[in-house]
Amino acid sequence: MDPSALFLPRQSVDSLFEAIRNRGFSKLLGPVAADGAIVYREIASAADLPTGLRDRQAPGTYRLEVQNDGVRTFSWANGPQALKPLTFAPRETLWRCERDASGELRFRDVAREHEPTAVFGVRACDLAALQIHERHFLKAPYSDPHYAARRSSLFLVAVHCSHPADTCFCASTGDGPRAESGYDLAMSELDDGFVIDAGTDRGRAVLATLGLAPASSAQQEKADREIEAAGRAQRRSLPSQNLKSALYGRLEDPHWDQVGRRCLSCGNCTAVCPTCFCHAEQDEPALTGETTEHLRQWDSCFTAVHSYMGHFLVREETRLRYRQWLTHKLASWHEQYGRSGCVGCGRCIAWCPVGIDITAEVSALLESGDAQS
Amino acid sequence: MHNPDRPVEVEVVERVEETPTIYTVHLRFTDPEVAAAYRSLPGQYNMLYLFGVGEVPISIVSDPDHEGPVEHTIRSVGRVTRGMESLKVGDRMGLRGPYGRGWPLQEAEGQDVVIVTGGLGCAPVVSMIRYVLRRRERFGRLVILQGVKHTDDLIWRRQYERWQELPDTQVLLAADVGGPNWPYSVGKVTVLFNQAGIDPDRSIVMLCGPEVMMKASIDRLLALHVPPESMWLSIERNMQCGIGHCGHCQVGPYFVCQDGPVFHYPQLRPWLGVTGF
Repeated sequence: MDPSALFLPRQSVDSLFEAIRNRGFSKLLGPVAADGAIVYREIASAADLPTGLRDRQAPGTYRLEVQNDGVRTFSWANGPQALKPLTFAPRETLWRCERDASGELRFRDVAREHEPTAVFGVRACDLAALQIHERHFLKAPYSDPHYAARRSSLFLVAVHCSHPADTCFCASTGDGPRAESGYDLAMSELDDGFVIDAGTDRGRAVLATLGLAPASSAQQEKADREIEAAGRAQRRSLPSQNLKSALYGRLEDPHWDQVGRRCLSCGNCTAVCPTCFCHAEQDEPALTGETTEHLRQWDSCFTAVHSYMGHFLVREETRLRYRQWLTHKLASWHEQYGRSGCVGCGRCIAWCPVGIDITAEVSALLESGDAQS
Repeated sequence: MHNPDRPVEVEVVERVEETPTIYTVHLRFTDPEVAAAYRSLPGQYNMLYLFGVGEVPISIVSDPDHEGPVEHTIRSVGRVTRGMESLKVGDRMGLRGPYGRGWPLQEAEGQDVVIVTGGLGCAPVVSMIRYVLRRRERFGRLVILQGVKHTDDLIWRRQYERWQELPDTQVLLAADVGGPNWPYSVGKVTVLFNQAGIDPDRSIVMLCGPEVMMKASIDRLLALHVPPESMWLSIERNMQCGIGHCGHCQVGPYFVCQDGPVFHYPQLRPWLGVTGF
C-alpha cells in the first residue's frame, strides 16, 4: 500500500482541475468523445469527459459504444491521438527568413512560447513514447528547442489503464497498463472516484491544496487489481526479447512480399504511432516574395518521397517501406535509443485501413524459417 | 535555447560553370564572427538554403584550413539545386553546418591514400585530396582512381592532369565508353586496380560514388588483400535536417547525416548493396 496515495471523490474532479489551473496551467486538455473516437480537446469541467463510453478496437476497426449505467470516464484504452501532437507538432515553423530590396537575407527565430497546458488522462503507453521522443529530440549536441518548448509547457495527469482494447499489448512491451514515470499526477479510476498520487513536486503541490483523505487499503487494492487484470486481459503480444538479430536476419524473407501486397502504403500507422518522428522540411514563401517560413511537417516512411535522392528512390516498393518501418521500430531502434520503438498501444493495428497487425506480422516472420546471418 | 535548424547568411563571391549541369559556388559568411568561428573537415557537408525554395545537403570542397570562402560543387538534379543554378555573384543564400563525420584523417597519416571515385561523386573526396596535397609529408603515396560513364562526365580534367604531375601521386582514369580524346583506360573503375600497385599493408582506401561502384571496388580490393578495416566510404541519402532528427537518412542503426556520411566499411558492410536501405 502506498501511504501517499489519496482519494479524490468523483464530485471533486473539478476541484482538481481548478487546482491545476491555479498552478498556472490555464489550458486543460482531456479526453472527449468526438468524431466517433476518443480525442484530446480543451475541456471546461469533468462533465466533458466521456462518461459511460467504451472503445471497441480490432484490426482496421475503432468504434465507441455506450455502456448502460456506466459512471466511469476511463472505460476505454486510447484514441488515435497520443501526446505526440502536443510535443512534436504536426506542422511547426522552424524559422523565418526576410529578404530586403537589395537581396540581403535575415534569418529569424519564431516565438516558441506555448500556453501552459495540463493534459488530463494520459496513458502509460504514451508516457513511454514521450520518454523515447525526449531521447530523440533532446539529445546533445542538437537538442531541439521547438520540442523542448512544447514539452516544458505541459503538466501531465496520467490515468492507469483498466480497460485495454483488443489491440493493446503494452504488457508485453513493458510500457503499461500502469503509468510508471513521467507524470505529474497519476490516477486510478474506481466507480466513486480516483486513487491519486503525485510523481513530481508540482504534482504534490497541487494535491496539497485539495485536502484529500488518504486512499483506503481497500480502494488501493481494488485499483491495483484492475490494473493487473488489464495486463492479463491483453491477448496480443510482441516477444519481449530484442528482435534485432531475428529481423536483421530475415531481410529477404518472402513474408515481406506478402505483407507488402496487403499494405496500402497510406501512412496511417506512422501518423497514429506515438514514437514515429519522421518529418519533412519545406519552405512556404509569402506571395510578396519578401518573407518565407521554413517549417517541418510530419512525414512517413510509407511515402514515395521519404527515400528520394534526386535521381532515385531507395524504397520504391511497398514491401521495402513496410520492412523499413518494422525493422527500424523493432530492430535498429534498440541500437539508436536503447529499447524497442514500440510501446504496445496498438494504434497502428486499429487505424490500419486493411487491418495489418504488427504482432501478427512479427509472429509470421519469426515462424518463417531460420534467420540468415 | 539555440536553434540548430536556423541557417546564417552567405554571399556568392564566385561562381564557376563546370559543365552545363554542374557548378561551383564560393560562399562568404556575411557575419565576420561566424566566418571566424567556422571550421570544417574533409568529407563533411553543409546544408545550403535557397530563399523561398528550401535546403539541400552539399559536401564541402574547400580545405579545412583555407581561410577564404567555402566552396561547394553542386549538380543540378532536384528542385533546390536547379534553383541554385541561377545564383550570381553577389546573391545571398543560407548555410548551416558543417555536419557529419568526415574522412579518417588520423588513420590516414603515414599511409598511402587511395581514393576511389566514380561517376560524378568526386566532390566529397576533392577536399581530402587537397588536404593530402597541402600536408604532403604526413602521407605516403596518393593514388586517385576515377571512373566515369562518358568521357565528358570528367569535370576538373585539368585539375586531374595537374595532380598527375605531382611527386608520389598517381592518377588513373577510366571511362565506360572511350573516345578519340581519351588517352586513359576504358572500362569500369575496377579495371584500374591492377595498374595502381596498391600495397595492401600500408594503404587506406577512401571511396565515394554510386553504391554499386563502391561495392564492386571493395570486392576487388578485398581480392587484392586490402583489409576491410582499411576501407572507408562516403554515402548519400535523403537528408533534410542534418542533425539526426528528421529520420529520412536512417540506414540500419545509423543516421547518415550524423553518423556519416563517411563510414568505416566494417560498420556499413551489412547494409551495403541491400535494396531498400
